[in-house]
Amino acid sequence: MKIKIPPQINRLVLLFILVTGLFLIVRQFLIPDTFGDLGHYRAASLEDNSDIPLNFAGGAACFDCHEDIFDLKEQDLHSGLSCETCHGPGQAHVNSMEASDIFIPTGREYCGRCHDKNAARPTDYVMQVDVSTHNEGLDCNECHNAHQPWELLR
Amino acid sequence: MGTTKIRTNRREFLRSTATAAGGLFTFFWLQPTKAFILVSREEGVTEGPWYGIGIDIEKCIGCGKCAAACKDENDVPKDPFFFRNWVEQYTVKKDGSVVIESPNGGMDGFTQSVPDDQVFKSFFVPKMCNHCQTSPCVQVCPIGATYDSPEGVVLVDEESCMGCRYCVQACPYGCRYIHPKKNVVDKCTLCYHRIKKDLIPACFEVCPTGARIFGDLNDKNSELIRFLGEKNVQVLKAHLNTGSKLYYHSLSMEVL
Repeated sequence: MKIKIPPQINRLVLLFILVTGLFLIVRQFLIPDTFGDLGHYRAASLEDNSDIPLNFAGGAACFDCHEDIFDLKEQDLHSGLSCETCHGPGQAHVNSMEASDIFIPTGREYCGRCHDKNAARPTDYVMQVDVSTHNEGLDCNECHNAHQPWELLR
Repeated sequence: MGTTKIRTNRREFLRSTATAAGGLFTFFWLQPTKAFILVSREEGVTEGPWYGIGIDIEKCIGCGKCAAACKDENDVPKDPFFFRNWVEQYTVKKDGSVVIESPNGGMDGFTQSVPDDQVFKSFFVPKMCNHCQTSPCVQVCPIGATYDSPEGVVLVDEESCMGCRYCVQACPYGCRYIHPKKNVVDKCTLCYHRIKKDLIPACFEVCPTGARIFGDLNDKNSELIRFLGEKNVQVLKAHLNTGSKLYYHSLSMEVL
């Protein structure tokens, strides 16, 4: 049986094929190269995310030059702390070896960040004092060596 | 002009519709959907690390060093209220109400605002991107600009992101934001640039009490696996089935 296809259908099918073809060609140019290698994303982005410079050097970086302070710290209650917990990002100091490139904490407020009395602070993980009343007027460093806090200096 | 008759055969119509419906039903029956997504690696991917995070609420002292370190390490703008990583303080008062505070994300530490005699219990909850296994943010991105890396870290492709903010809305944990200068989405990358060099992310580095644990879920001897086994752990918003890989120990009901 001969089926007569109306000319409109013919034109529509042709148009459809043309548009699909055009889409496939343009798609080749627009999709980035590494897209789809590892998943539905541009695989080169993994490298972009790894190429960022470091600001924190990591605990082991301090040990090479400051072994004596490290040993002091290991004997007392601050042993679990990384150096950069209090001293801030250290990579700049590791690169330049200048003392000015790293932060040296001073002042009661700084130690109070961890040690100020707060109902939410677990007492078995941190010693707490009321910073406003504990030995007023003195800097924390005058009695406590931050690297060996229980070896009181006064 | 068409001269074919409009089909009026009711039986034919019902037969073809029933066939179509039956075919569809069979198709969906053969492809079962999972009721609860267990966090497990995709089949076939066995090598390489698969990172997860553990946070012990009992040990967190709310010093806020993690929030500050993240901003320092990743050059996140300090000024607007955007954090990749922040700490909240929950205070349950004796009258039953809950006060939740996060002054500047906890970056400058906390001071107690509710007087001692009204406090029933109080604790700190650090929050960050949960690096979900079946992350809603990855699912909704229209162009694949955010993705799950082979190590299980959810990352953003800044070159492709167009700033539509769909993922910012989709994240149930509120950890994504639009970077004010770059105008693309920014979020915790689990310090991908550090973990690729065998270092640990900045926030885990500086935690003074070891409340934050970073580890490889594939490594049976890792500290994180021990933490998950020994402690009672939970994830935030478990009912959303995000496959979150951030496990909290001692999480109280007020947070969930």
